[in-house]
Amino acid sequence: MSAESQTVSKEDGFVVFDHVQKSYDGETLVVKDLNLAIGKGEFLTMLGPSGSGKTTCLMMLAGFETATHGDILLGGHPINNIPPHKRGIGMVFQNYALFPHMTVGENLSFPLEVRKMAKAEREEKIRRALDMVEMLDFINRRPAQLSGGQQQRIALARSLVFEPDLVLMDEPLGALDKQLREHMQFEIKHLHDRLGVTVVYVTHDQSEALTMSDRIAVFDDGVIQQLATPDDLYERPENAFVAQFIGENNRMTGTVKAIEGDVATVELDGGTVVTAKAVNCGDVGGRTTLSIRPERVKVGADQGTNRTDAEVLELIYLGDHIRCRMRVHGNEDFIVKVPNAADNKRLVVGEKTSVGWETEDCRALDAT
Amino acid sequence: MSDATGPIVTADGVPLKRKLAQAMFRSRARAFGLALPLLAFIIVAFIIPILTLLYRGVHDPRFAQFMPRTTAIIQKWDTKSPVTEEMAAALVADMVVARKERTIGQVATRVNRELPGTRSLFTSTARKAKKMKPPYLEALIKKDRKWGDNATWQAIKITAKTYTPAYLLQAVDLKYNADGSITRQPERYRIYLKLLIRTMRISLIVTLATLVLGYPVAYLLSTLPVRTSNMLLILVLLPFWTSLLVRTTSWIAILQSEGVLNNLFVLFGITTDQQRFSMIYNETGVLIAMTHILLPFMILPLYSVMKTIPPSYVRAAKSMGARPATAFWRVYFPQSVPGIGAGALLVFILAIGYYITPALVGGEDGQMISNMIDFHMRKSLNWNLAAALGAVLLVVVLFFFWLYDRLVGIDNMKLG
Ligand SMILES: Nc1ncnc2c1ncn2[C@@H]1O[C@H](COP(=O)(O)OP(=O)(O)O)[C@@H](O)[C@H]1O
Ligand SMILES: [Mg+2]
Repeated sequence: MSAESQTVSKEDGFVVFDHVQKSYDGETLVVKDLNLAIGKGEFLTMLGPSGSGKTTCLMMLAGFETATHGDILLGGHPINNIPPHKRGIGMVFQNYALFPHMTVGENLSFPLEVRKMAKAEREEKIRRALDMVEMLDFINRRPAQLSGGQQQRIALARSLVFEPDLVLMDEPLGALDKQLREHMQFEIKHLHDRLGVTVVYVTHDQSEALTMSDRIAVFDDGVIQQLATPDDLYERPENAFVAQFIGENNRMTGTVKAIEGDVATVELDGGTVVTAKAVNCGDVGGRTTLSIRPERVKVGADQGTNRTDAEVLELIYLGDHIRCRMRVHGNEDFIVKVPNAADNKRLVVGEKTSVGWETEDCRALDAT
Repeated sequence: MSDATGPIVTADGVPLKRKLAQAMFRSRARAFGLALPLLAFIIVAFIIPILTLLYRGVHDPRFAQFMPRTTAIIQKWDTKSPVTEEMAAALVADMVVARKERTIGQVATRVNRELPGTRSLFTSTARKAKKMKPPYLEALIKKDRKWGDNATWQAIKITAKTYTPAYLLQAVDLKYNADGSITRQPERYRIYLKLLIRTMRISLIVTLATLVLGYPVAYLLSTLPVRTSNMLLILVLLPFWTSLLVRTTSWIAILQSEGVLNNLFVLFGITTDQQRFSMIYNETGVLIAMTHILLPFMILPLYSVMKTIPPSYVRAAKSMGARPATAFWRVYFPQSVPGIGAGALLVFILAIGYYITPALVGGEDGQMISNMIDFHMRKSLNWNLAAALGAVLLVVVLFFFWLYDRLVGIDNMKLG
């Protein structure tokens, strides 16, 4: 379930948002015309800045909020009128929501008890789920006696113990420190691979999204800006927001002078004329944002189609590469990553040089 | 630290331990000093009066003090054998002094409590005591035949005890006899247990009623946005801003037989003009008015606990397949128990000592134990019995406190 599932059609989507809109106050739309089809077994991440409507989407899917307009389908059936407890969707909350008055074992037993499962079967499943997250020894502890990372594992086990087809996670790692977070990212990913369960994951951390997801839906302002695999998202952003939000990015603004095929000729605001890959730049005469990744910029290049003057402002030595902040066309935050290779010439602060790039690597996107 | 190096000392040569103890003592002394005025106030205005009053429940020195000869001699009497001339002589001698010092009234009142009808026996005999000649027993019996009756002297023997369990026993409808045995009070004197049970029943019903009425309100308050919930909270607290007396009397206006509610009932044909409901001056009136008055004491602790229960718990339960009712009972309710405990304990303890409301709207069968205490404090002036009743009430409250601690745990309580 990875790169090949680039698109999932509305017909064979396991979870489908069909023209979904949501407003809390009747005045502003928090989710605007959401269309999204998620394949069975897929790990889909909703990524976006805080307030972009990710949690709202997840709550609508779980049944705790109702869509103002549109349909949500699960396994081909509309679920708008099905109450949350009949949807059979597992959920991991940001604060874990482990029941404080129950032990770990009782917490895991809860979803099985409400399904009227026999005791022996329950115990077997609880054991398996706890074993899966390596927390079997903690079965008789209370949540308050566990560390954040341990609580996180229990929450994960509890959402999976009743074997749902779909699990929703809303910033589940938000409260953990960096090291633990990275460790848990891998664990969740491995669990997903092993169990084949469909996961809808919400985060505002782009590196988390890139690490874990099959596909990422980038949210901004209640709209999906781009839905793509992690590498597509990084290498082929379709608009300026995505380019800026995912990874590091250098932007230059200018006016489109000509378009031939997929090559746009752009006059930068400083006067230099460059070429870029026309992605989303509108027509001739319109404004555009050029986007280029720091590692695709060549410093002091004589070759290459696009060259422009630059001045070195700051150098940071990072071992395998040198991070170089430059002034390019008045933009003082133009970042270049220079590989620390033997044959590369050493840069010094204040040095006037030139930068260049391949037309392919520079994308002409919408003006923001 | 090894012995060779000796104790650690600070820069000025004082051992570290002593320096630390000094510093700790100073900070503790300061903290104690800050609490001292309140502590003094509580001791003077609360602890001492309560202890003194409770002491009165078992301590009544009047007879022994004013009738010392009789007191000394009656201890030797076994209550069954005939009254001796010695006892009679002591009594007459005491009466002469008591009459002169005008203390005979107090003595008579005291004995009258043990044996109703003996008050005038004492006062009238004392008037003649000075002129009596030996043999005194004959002279006494000549004055009044009751002096020949052992029951009179038995009452004196009970009364002569400075420390007596009589009042405490009377507060639970038991009688302390002259020979030290304990029996139940005669049927027509058994009133206090009945009253105590009624008091507890009313308090429990009021606690339950406030819980049933207050729980949904507190839940609603805790789920509303802060601005709205603050508004509603002010409405909940509104009763606190009007005097208790005004609130109680307004219930009279509403509940009396010609009152608002009955008029409405007649208007809507729920009852007829001749058969209006009697909802006031009885237990019903007390229950309604007290539930209303004590409701905020239930809502506030409940609200403060519910506010801290994140909605994600119930959501998590539902996402795991629990029906809303199951999610409520198994996940939400257990977490609101500290609030229920605090609210219930608060309302129950306030209710069990409630006084004004039953006095105003209770009528005959709505009186509670506090009204009886009040009666003995102000009307019958039997402070000792009032103190004993208070002590019994205190024991009941402590018992429920203990029960609560066993069932819920006192450290599990949350008041705000
Ligand atoms: N229960 C609610 N009532 C009113 N507005 C809400 C509610 N929940 C979220 N919002 C608003 O909807 C927008 C999107 O919120 P949310 O879905 O929580 O975003 P995200 O999870 O991406 O941070 C925000 O502007 C937020 O203020
Ligand atoms: Mg959110």
